[in-house]
Amino acid sequence: MKDVKCECGHVNPHGTVLCEACGKVLDENEKKNPVLDMRYEGSARRSQTYNKTIIDKIWNFFSSVKVGVWLIIITLIASALGTILPQEMYIDQPPEVYYEEEYGWFGKLYYQLGFNDLYGSWWYLLLIAMIGISLVICSLDRVIPLYKALKAQRVTRHEGFLKRQRVFGINTHVDNDDFTVIKKHLKEKRYRVREENGDILAEKGRFSRWGPYVNHVGLIIFLFGGMLRFVPGMYVNENLWVREGETALVPETGEKLYLKNNQFILQHYDKNKDKTFKKAIEEAGEVVKNYQSNVILYNRVGENIPGEKPKLEAIKDYKVRVNHPLTYEGYSIFQASFRSDLEAMTFALTNKETNQSFGEMKINLRNPKSVYDLGNGYSVKLLSYFPDFEFGKNGEPSTKSRVPNNPAFVFRMISPENPKGETSFVAIKQTIEPSGNNTYKMSFKGIETKNVSGFIVRKDSSLWAIILGGIIFMIGVIQGAYWNHRRIWVQNKNGEVWIAAHTNKNWYGLKREIETVLTDTKLNIPEDQLQIEKQDKEVV
Amino acid sequence: MKKRRLVIRTVILLVLGAAVIYTLYANFTKDNKLKVAVGETAPDFVLTDMQGNKHRLSDYRGQGVFLNFWGTWCPPCKKEMPYINNQYQQFKDKGVQVLSVDIQESELAVNQFAEHYKLDFPIMIDTDKEVMTAYGIDPLPATFLIDKNGKVIKYSTGEMSEDTVRDFMEKIKP
Repeated sequence: MKDVKCECGHVNPHGTVLCEACGKVLDENEKKNPVLDMRYEGSARRSQTYNKTIIDKIWNFFSSVKVGVWLIIITLIASALGTILPQEMYIDQPPEVYYEEEYGWFGKLYYQLGFNDLYGSWWYLLLIAMIGISLVICSLDRVIPLYKALKAQRVTRHEGFLKRQRVFGINTHVDNDDFTVIKKHLKEKRYRVREENGDILAEKGRFSRWGPYVNHVGLIIFLFGGMLRFVPGMYVNENLWVREGETALVPETGEKLYLKNNQFILQHYDKNKDKTFKKAIEEAGEVVKNYQSNVILYNRVGENIPGEKPKLEAIKDYKVRVNHPLTYEGYSIFQASFRSDLEAMTFALTNKETNQSFGEMKINLRNPKSVYDLGNGYSVKLLSYFPDFEFGKNGEPSTKSRVPNNPAFVFRMISPENPKGETSFVAIKQTIEPSGNNTYKMSFKGIETKNVSGFIVRKDSSLWAIILGGIIFMIGVIQGAYWNHRRIWVQNKNGEVWIAAHTNKNWYGLKREIETVLTDTKLNIPEDQLQIEKQDKEVV
Repeated sequence: MKKRRLVIRTVILLVLGAAVIYTLYANFTKDNKLKVAVGETAPDFVLTDMQGNKHRLSDYRGQGVFLNFWGTWCPPCKKEMPYINNQYQQFKDKGVQVLSVDIQESELAVNQFAEHYKLDFPIMIDTDKEVMTAYGIDPLPATFLIDKNGKVIKYSTGEMSEDTVRDFMEKIKP
C-alpha cells in the first residue's frame, strides 16, 4: 500500500480522504459531495487501510465503532436480564438448588448461564473487557491521525476544499484594507491567526477536539480501578461477628488486627422522652435510635503461631455506630448487624410429685460441664449434648451444627434414692423419659443470651483510580462540550476573495462570529450551504 | 514503518490481553479461599490436646503428619474417624502421626465423641478458629497430608474410606 502524494507536495498515508496539508479531495467518492464530511479531518483511519496479519485483523475488529456500539448494547441487555431474578447475594439458599426450585427451567437456565452472579460471570467480565479494548483501540486509531492532520494543515487550502465547506462565500471585490480589518477583528475574538502568501487561517478551540479522547482515558482509568479490585489485598469486604466480651481476628488483615467487642448497645426512641415524636412512635411501634458496639482494636505484637494466645497491643478504643465506622490503616469496620445467641440455660432438679427443688444448675451452652454437683447427694451428669438438635436419619438424636440454636441434653439425675441415676432427655419444650417412671425431672428455669455484633470489614484501595478516572472523564466531557473548534479561511483565489469556515458544533455561533469579523469591510457574509439546500427544497 | 506499527499493535494487544486474562483468573480464584497450596510448607500451629499435651506441628519434622479437621456434628467425620483410628494403630510406629483438630466445639462434645469411638490419636480443639483460618478450610472434614519435611503433599475434603486413609498414610510414611 502506497502513500499518496498530493499536488501540493504533502505526502499523505494511504486511505486519506482530504490532503492533510491543503485539503484537496483525494478520494473520488468524496468529490461528488457538495459539502465535505469533515469528521477526523478526512484523515486515514489506519484500521481501515491495513488488513494483513492476524494482529491487524484483531486490531481492525476492535477499531470499529460499530463493534464498540454492539458490545455496549449486548452488555446493556445482559445487565437488564440480570435484574429479572434476584442475584445470588440476595438469596440465602445454595444457588444451585434455589433457582430451579423457585423458577423451574427458566431458573435453571438462568443459573447455568451465570446470570445469578452477573458481575462475576466470565462472559460478562469478558464483555466489559472487550468494551475496554475497543475504547483503547478506537481512540488510538482516531486521535493519532486527527492530531497529525490538524498539525500538518497549511494556511493555503485547495479550492475544492474551500468550496465544499458548509459555510462558504465568494467576493469579486478585492480590497487589501479589508484583510487588516479582518485580522484585527479575529484577534479580538481570540483567534490564532496564521498568514501565508496573503491568505489567512484563523483557528481557535482546537483543544475541544481532544475532549472525547480525554474522556476515554478517564473511562479506561475507571475500568482499571475496577480491575484493581481483583488484586488480592486491594479490596476487602468481609463479615465479622464478635460476641460480647470476646476478641476476634479481623479477616484479611494478614492475621494482624484483632477486635474486642466490649458491649453491644441497642437503643430505642422513648415516647415519653422524645415527646416530639410521640405520635410517630405510637404509630410505628419500636423505633431504633442507635446500634452501637463498644470495641477495642488491637494489633498483634511479634510473630504468632495459630493456636497460641497472641500478644496484643491496644490501638484504638471506639464506639462503632451506624455510619461511624472505626477506621485504621485503610480498613473501616462498620456496624452492620447484630443477633442474640443462646449463652446458658438454667435447670432445677425437681421432684415430680412434690415439686421440691434440689438445686439449680446453669449450663454454659458453649462449654458445658460433664457433671453438676448440687450437694447433699444430688448431682446431674450430662451424658450427651446436642447444641443444634435434630433427629438423625436413623432416628437417633444428633446435632446439625456446633451452634447452640436448639440445645438438647441427655441427663442422668443422681439422688440419694437413686444412686445409679435416672435418665431423661430434655430438649426445648420436650422431655422424654426412657423408663417412663422417673421420680425426678429437670425443670427449665431460664435462659441467658448474649449479644453478638455483626461488623463489615471494608478496605478499598482502588478508590483513587475510580475517583481519578471519574474526574478525567468529566474534564473530557467539559472540554468537548463547552469549547468549539472553529476555523475561518480567508483566501485569495483567481483574483477573488474566498471565505470558508468550519466548526465541530454550534454553527449558529460561528456564523454570528463571522458577521462580527466582517463588519466594516465590503465583504459579503458567506452562506451556509446546507441551509440553502434546505431552503431550495422548501421552495420546490 | 509497517513493521514498527505491527510491533506497537502487538504490544498494545498483549498488554490489554494480559489485563483481561489476569482479571478473569483472579475472578475465578477469589472464591477459592484455601490458603495452603500443595507443595508449600504447612503453616505452623500449636494446640493442646484433650490430655493437656501441647502439639506443635513443626515438632513433627521427620515424621509424616496426617492433619484432619473435623467436628462431632459432621456426619462424614463420624464415619471416617474409626478408619483413621484403625490406620493410626498400623502406622504410628512407622513414623506417621495423626493430629486431629476439632473446630470450635465444647470439650464435653469432643470428649464424648472420642470416648464413643474409642479414638487414641491426639485430638485438639481450635477454640478461636485460628488454625482453621490459617489453613483457610471449608467445608469439613478436611485432611492435609504433610510429609517429613513439613510440605503439604495433598489436600482432601469429603468422606474417606478406610482404603483411602491407608493410601494417604502410605504416602507420607518417611
